Amino acid sequence: MLDDLGALPLFAGLDDAQRRVIGTVALDVHFAAGRRMLFDGQETRAWWLIRSGSVALDTTVPGRGVVTVQTLGAGDVLGWSWFVPAQRWRFGAVTLEPVRALELDGARLRAVCDADPSLGYRLTQGLLEAAVHGLHSTRARLLDLYAQPPDGRRAP
Amino acid sequence: MLPVAYRVVERAAQTRDAATLRLQPDRAPLRRGRPGQFYMLYARGIGEVPISISGIEDDGSLAFTIRDVGAVSRSLHSTRLGALVGVRGPFGIGWDTSSAIGHDLVIVAGGLGLAPLRPLVLELFGHRGDFGVITVIVGARGPSEFLFRDELAAWAAGGDLRVELTVDQPAADWGGPVGFVTDPLARLVLDPATTTAFLCGPEPMMRFCADLLLRDGLPAARVQLSLERNMQCGVGVCGHCQLGPLLVCRDGPVVTYATAGDLVGVREL
Amino acid sequence: MRGRRGDGPVVLDVIGLDGLLTALRTDGYRVIGPTVRDDAIVLEEIDSVDRLPAGWGVDARPGHYRLRRRADAAMFAHSAGAHSWKQFLHPPRQRLFTEDGAGYQPADDDYPRLAFFGVHGCDLAAIARLRTVLGGTAAFARRADGLFVVAVACTEPGDVCFCASAGTGPAPGTGYDVALTELAGPDDHWFLAEAGSDAGTRALAAVPSRRAATAAETEQAHTAVVDAATRMGRRLPPGDLRDLLHDSRESPRWDDVAQRCLTCGNCTMVCPTCFCTSTEDVTDLTGAHAERAERWASCFELDFSFLHGGSVRRSSASRYRQWMTHKLATWHDQFGSSGCVGCGRCIAWCPVGIDITAEAAALAREHAGDA
Repeated sequence: MLDDLGALPLFAGLDDAQRRVIGTVALDVHFAAGRRMLFDGQETRAWWLIRSGSVALDTTVPGRGVVTVQTLGAGDVLGWSWFVPAQRWRFGAVTLEPVRALELDGARLRAVCDADPSLGYRLTQGLLEAAVHGLHSTRARLLDLYAQPPDGRRAP
Repeated sequence: MLPVAYRVVERAAQTRDAATLRLQPDRAPLRRGRPGQFYMLYARGIGEVPISISGIEDDGSLAFTIRDVGAVSRSLHSTRLGALVGVRGPFGIGWDTSSAIGHDLVIVAGGLGLAPLRPLVLELFGHRGDFGVITVIVGARGPSEFLFRDELAAWAAGGDLRVELTVDQPAADWGGPVGFVTDPLARLVLDPATTTAFLCGPEPMMRFCADLLLRDGLPAARVQLSLERNMQCGVGVCGHCQLGPLLVCRDGPVVTYATAGDLVGVREL
Repeated sequence: MRGRRGDGPVVLDVIGLDGLLTALRTDGYRVIGPTVRDDAIVLEEIDSVDRLPAGWGVDARPGHYRLRRRADAAMFAHSAGAHSWKQFLHPPRQRLFTEDGAGYQPADDDYPRLAFFGVHGCDLAAIARLRTVLGGTAAFARRADGLFVVAVACTEPGDVCFCASAGTGPAPGTGYDVALTELAGPDDHWFLAEAGSDAGTRALAAVPSRRAATAAETEQAHTAVVDAATRMGRRLPPGDLRDLLHDSRESPRWDDVAQRCLTCGNCTMVCPTCFCTSTEDVTDLTGAHAERAERWASCFELDFSFLHGGSVRRSSASRYRQWMTHKLATWHDQFGSSGCVGCGRCIAWCPVGIDITAEAAALAREHAGDA
């Protein structure tokens, strides 16, 4: 598992000893396709680093039903709210294909980071980078680049 | 340069507002274009617009995918079978595959950007052994906005390429990936030393993808993109298509990010 | 035009000059030259030297152009007129083709053989610039290839002139058939004439009153031109302007110009090298007859760069930056030389008097301050 962890960009900034510590709060897990991993509003416990497969983040919109907000795949983080204790998930998550993931216990990981701030800082840097990438992608979608120009601005 | 008459021999509606026309020369044909090049299409009495080739057939016919975004494109988009269209070209610099022999290829198409990349992909099929892993990422606004949907499915099923589709906005019946094209792009495991990328779509989309590829270690010279600007002559004499030092009709539309990287991000250049 | 110099410089008097003009007309050329009309010096077809603006000079300053009476009878001692020779090689509007249901027909046009009479060094260079850009198009080639050029060296630069720092004058460069230097004084009025091609040699040989110039006369003429180079009204800053403009892309100076620039496009109309055009496609009401024309366009037009629902260059700052950067810098990338010939027309004809040399100097100062 140590080699596995080292290969993941999220943990690339950690040294071997720190990765070993992460290993003590991480589990290799598998989910079948169509399995709901998270419910909207559920208390946060674990979060996941997806190794393979894909997961749909969704939420329920009255009249529109269950709407997929984003799909995540290999290398993506599922679940950010564990950072702060006693949060609830804002979105749900359901697997679209069989998923292999690293499952991390939120509370135990927070304790580990409190005990070793250097590990906490480096882990936070990795998570922030992943979050910023997600933010950029979301902003790109907000630009609605593939849309038609508005009626008043058609080409002559 | 006079337009040459071509006749619409096939018309396939692709999406709500885009259709692909296949044209055959009414008399003498123009020179066959290469993937990435464009022709100027003339809607009689209305105007002319630059359209990239979206298909090059052995019989000399040319396919163009046209989205209705203005007076000229509306006319071209709704041209009936058998009607004539004026064509000038081919113009510009097309996709460069000769410098990518032996490489893995990453092709990213956003929205209408799939049209200029389609002939590139079809050409690659004919030389499949020259390249390593070929990944085609296609983004669209929504599931009903993909161009060449049947063809994409055939490419995916064929085994020669990896095809990843993704939408910005899902619909209820879409069970596939949801996210900007940079999401599947970020997940690719690339060897930057032996990868060449081809990008086509809205300029911000190409910028975001190029930045990601450069961050992964690809040299800017190995990221190709297709630029678009207002074009009226196609031959570098009307001045409209300038982007800094480039005349896009003559020095593009395909350029590398090494050339265009510090131009496409500049406000109002 | 080849540079064979024939038999050495000759001297023509005013009658001899008229003889040259007449010889060209007899040879079938339509002679275009400067003449006074509507309180300005314009370029028109002329049939004798009587039409030339003898004794007229010009008071050209930023945003200002007035004729003034000279003490002598000089015919070519003026500059920065609103007309340039480009309108004869690259007309403001030309039809490209028609289509009447039987195929595309190139537009019929007559391409008379033109002789340009009185081309200053800056304008001679401008013709060469246009040739580089447009020489591949059939219409331009037909107008330009048969051209006969009588160039004139400047001995009295105007206030807005900067040909010396642009490398195009005051002596004309290559590309003329005959080059004149005008010496106009209270007592005499003569021209040193040098051939620059076989056609020029032949044309001069057809002027009976010509005589070989003495060494002193040749010296006097050349000195007058050399002196003119030291009396330029303004100049471009030294150094690599291509690099300067490239580095100035995000300069606050563009917003400063934008406060003044009306984006009226006068500069592009009077500039002898601006070549941009837009196409116009029309039909008659029945749709039976379609035609395309091209007309002069300006990068200052708001929809010049229209794309995807809006223009790429909306602000005046971006449009001024485009014009100036193209003229002084990216022209090099596109066409292998500067696009500016230092004629100063843009300075005189700008309604608010924006001076391209002053703007370049401001950018250079800012850049030096940063370095």
